[in-house]
Amino acid sequence: MTEFIKLSAAELAGLVADGTASARDITQAHLDRITSTDERLNAFVTVDAEGALATADAVDARRAAGEQLPPLAGVPIAVKDIVVTNGIETTAASKILRGWIPPYDATIVTKLRAAGLVPLGKTNLDEFAMGSSTENSAFGPSRNPWDLARTPGGSSGGSSAAVAAYQAPLAIGTDTGGSIRQPASLTGIVGHKPTYGGVSRSGLIAYASSLDQAGPFGRTVLDAALLHEVIAGHDPADSTSLDLPVPLVADAARIGAAGDLTGMTIGVVSNLSGEGYEPGVVSAIAATVAQLEQMGAKVVECPCPHFDYALAAYYLIAPSECSSNLARFDAMRYGLRVGDDRQASLEAVMAGTRDAGFGAEVKRRIIIGTYALSAGYYDAYYGQAQKVRTLISRDFITAFSGCDVLVSPTSPIVAFELGPRAEDPMAMYAVDLCTLPASLAGVPAISVPCGLSDGLPVGLQIMAPVLADDRCYRVAAAVEASLNSPVLAAAPQL
Amino acid sequence: MHPPSSMTPVAPQPDAATAPIAPRSFDQVIASYQPVIGLETHIELGTRTKMFCGCAAAFGDEPNTNICPVCLGLPGALPVANAAAVESAILIGLALNCSIASWCRFARKNYFYPDMPKNFQISQYDEPLCFDGWLDVRLPGDSVDIDGNVEQPSSVRIEIERVHMEEDTGKSLHVGGATGRIHGATHSLVDYNRAGIPLVEIVTKPITGTGERAPEVARAYATQLRDVIRALGVSDVRMEQGSMRCDVNTSLQPIGASEWGTRTETKNVNSLRSVERAVRSEMCRQAGVLDAGIRIVQETRHFHEDTGQTTSGRSKEEATDYRYFPEPDLVPLAPETAWVDSLRERLPELSAEKLARLQTEWGLTDKDMAAVLGAGAVQLIAATIAAGATAEVARKWWLGELARRANADGVELEGLAITPKQVAEVQQLVDRGSLNDKLARQAIEGVLAGEGEPGQVVAARGLEVVSDTDTLGAAVDAAIAANAEVAQKVRDGKVAAAGALVGAVMKTTKGQADAQTVCTLILERLSAS
Repeated sequence: MTEFIKLSAAELAGLVADGTASARDITQAHLDRITSTDERLNAFVTVDAEGALATADAVDARRAAGEQLPPLAGVPIAVKDIVVTNGIETTAASKILRGWIPPYDATIVTKLRAAGLVPLGKTNLDEFAMGSSTENSAFGPSRNPWDLARTPGGSSGGSSAAVAAYQAPLAIGTDTGGSIRQPASLTGIVGHKPTYGGVSRSGLIAYASSLDQAGPFGRTVLDAALLHEVIAGHDPADSTSLDLPVPLVADAARIGAAGDLTGMTIGVVSNLSGEGYEPGVVSAIAATVAQLEQMGAKVVECPCPHFDYALAAYYLIAPSECSSNLARFDAMRYGLRVGDDRQASLEAVMAGTRDAGFGAEVKRRIIIGTYALSAGYYDAYYGQAQKVRTLISRDFITAFSGCDVLVSPTSPIVAFELGPRAEDPMAMYAVDLCTLPASLAGVPAISVPCGLSDGLPVGLQIMAPVLADDRCYRVAAAVEASLNSPVLAAAPQL
Repeated sequence: MHPPSSMTPVAPQPDAATAPIAPRSFDQVIASYQPVIGLETHIELGTRTKMFCGCAAAFGDEPNTNICPVCLGLPGALPVANAAAVESAILIGLALNCSIASWCRFARKNYFYPDMPKNFQISQYDEPLCFDGWLDVRLPGDSVDIDGNVEQPSSVRIEIERVHMEEDTGKSLHVGGATGRIHGATHSLVDYNRAGIPLVEIVTKPITGTGERAPEVARAYATQLRDVIRALGVSDVRMEQGSMRCDVNTSLQPIGASEWGTRTETKNVNSLRSVERAVRSEMCRQAGVLDAGIRIVQETRHFHEDTGQTTSGRSKEEATDYRYFPEPDLVPLAPETAWVDSLRERLPELSAEKLARLQTEWGLTDKDMAAVLGAGAVQLIAATIAAGATAEVARKWWLGELARRANADGVELEGLAITPKQVAEVQQLVDRGSLNDKLARQAIEGVLAGEGEPGQVVAARGLEVVSDTDTLGAAVDAAIAANAEVAQKVRDGKVAAAGALVGAVMKTTKGQADAQTVCTLILERLSAS
């Protein structure tokens, strides 16, 4: 049974489709893996073994009835606990939502179910997706299977840890400023942030609405692409979702795997390098870029001057939106309620609940955002940040006039130790330097493992124009193909 | 929409500065000040579904039955704009001669209040859907100039600043207090059926130079705005049900001064009549304060129907900062020119032209028409005519008996529990001779009291005119026998004396006899004997 957990999603789906293995056995193998490893990893907030097995049985029944199964039917998946699931507790890793059982499914969960994927449970994250290490989770940090003293990244660290530790072949993450790509990079797996509007946000507990985007994690580029195609597409329930054809990312992954990039121009973002970037990361990236050139790509340097201001702009826009999005957690309708002794005023109950229910980082961002939107400060902070956002988008447009994709490190550093960095918000924010520009511009970006630095995985970030997600997958697949063995193979056994 | 001053039960603030100051008389106000007014009107659109979700936008259903994750603001739920509501808002903008924005956004207005599920309201801020319009308002009655000449009813152009869209809040119900208000309540319940119902807010520019007519200008504007919107069919615009709500801004400028005074915003103005009363009362109050040498506090005030006075609400000088910013969950609204043009073609007859046409059709003088407009009876009369009554009769009922009853009950005409069709039915019974004028008024009374359709009321109350000669013959004989002297006078040729006998018969038949038949029977009997 243990062999199931090492297989890719594509391989598992094949076994189910041709009747070699049952979805139930595959699911049980992953549940067993969770049982044996999650005390050490803390990747899951909730495991829904019963629901998972019932879903697997339903897939097996469909196959037994002779139905043609969708491409990923019977494949287990882990879902970040900020994605709303009907009947299954959804917490956003916050005390304020502990015990909340949603009455509806996020659109992407509906799509997973329709495609016959088997949700195993809900994965850990930084509270409300605010953080880069999962240390802001109300339920304790998740741990990196490469080194249990280190972070699996954040905010989708539970999802990245689960996939890297073979608890699930696939996972759903969400990415607001890098929360899929950075954890993928730090755990040696593939993670993609789709074009903004490419995947429905309906049912994602909002952190920053204009930036949030759900996307896939997988151990292979093709797996991530197959999952991308399941969750992508227009949703009438999300007016910001794009009513345009979904890019053919699985085909692009297959084409890229051939290792031929002739005709492609790859731009290296010159200012996402230098001070603050670990030498091991810089050299792994440089080696990979040289590989890309070997595969026929033309490589050019691309200065993107306004990327230097992405961090400042992001940490005004995201907190501003979060200060409004998180206002609804007020003890009135659901979730935690503190101090209601029938005498306390409404304000006291609201304030007491929010004080007790939100962690320090969430409070920090709510306060920053409230300040930035205040009369008299709006133009100087929120307004100015939006202007920077426009300039960053223009940097991308200029760059893409001369290249097909842009590349950079996904993270300036490899997986860091849990503890010290969590004490210093600015040091933690700096981890997002490379991922923020694509978030602000709404363009797609993928992280693919490309090497090691001091024995820990390094990810290459590949960014493409809006709705050219397929280019990310094509180049990522080429990088994957160029490696002698998968990066993850170097991870210690757990 | 603004939140109340506090979330906890708090007594209305006493008017510390103004409590001991007596208001001035209206004439005194006009002698020293020029009023500046402005109106902010909220209209609940009559769309089938809510502004941002598919829930029914229904009035009066069981609490918390028309709700879903979106209008409850559950985590993860997203709004999607209702195209029918946008269309209605554009129609209102066009009918008010506004420009329609080619691109605009929704904005979030952030404040905490339990009847707002998200603790922000989706509204519009600096990019309204419609802007820079006007409405020409006719004033009722006539006025007399200094030379004693009667002037024709006049018209005032009210400039419209903006028409924008927003979602309604839920409704708080305060339980345990005597009055149902937050003051004295032990706890509050919230009904979210109303949360997310589409609203359109119509804001006038400041209205200046109307002097002593300011209160009636305010009322005339509200009345005719209501009529325009009702003609569009986009809302039932009923103030008593809250589907139209007016907030009235008032300030006073000392005559000769170059700057306007500080304004107050009066809320809780729940009828057209109250719009007029609220402006008048606030003008008198402000003049009292100013004459005492005290400055006006910029604040929200609440109008009280019973006393006709306003009391202080929340001071705007310590107002909430709403932290407006563009709503990131919604794409911008960009109505295409072709769509707006097609809506423009769908507009019903423009109100001024329509009124001129109706006045001609109904054969009314300018003064009569102004009275009809002032009473807000245009649509009621038109509907009564459509149901079969003549123009003259329809106007007589609505401006006569029904206006009297509405006034007595302190409601608008349309708030009466009678439909134009029912009025027309009563008139048809009169025309058929089944009812006389007095009985018709009783039939109306029965309909208003909820006793059913006119036919049912007539049957139940036994109101039908008695013209059956056998039944009446006995009453006539009895009257002749009881009034022998009068009868003799009639026999002697004094036919006019028969009136007294008719009166006696009417009395014994409780007014239900057909007077003409009675008269004929009396004369037959007295000439025959």
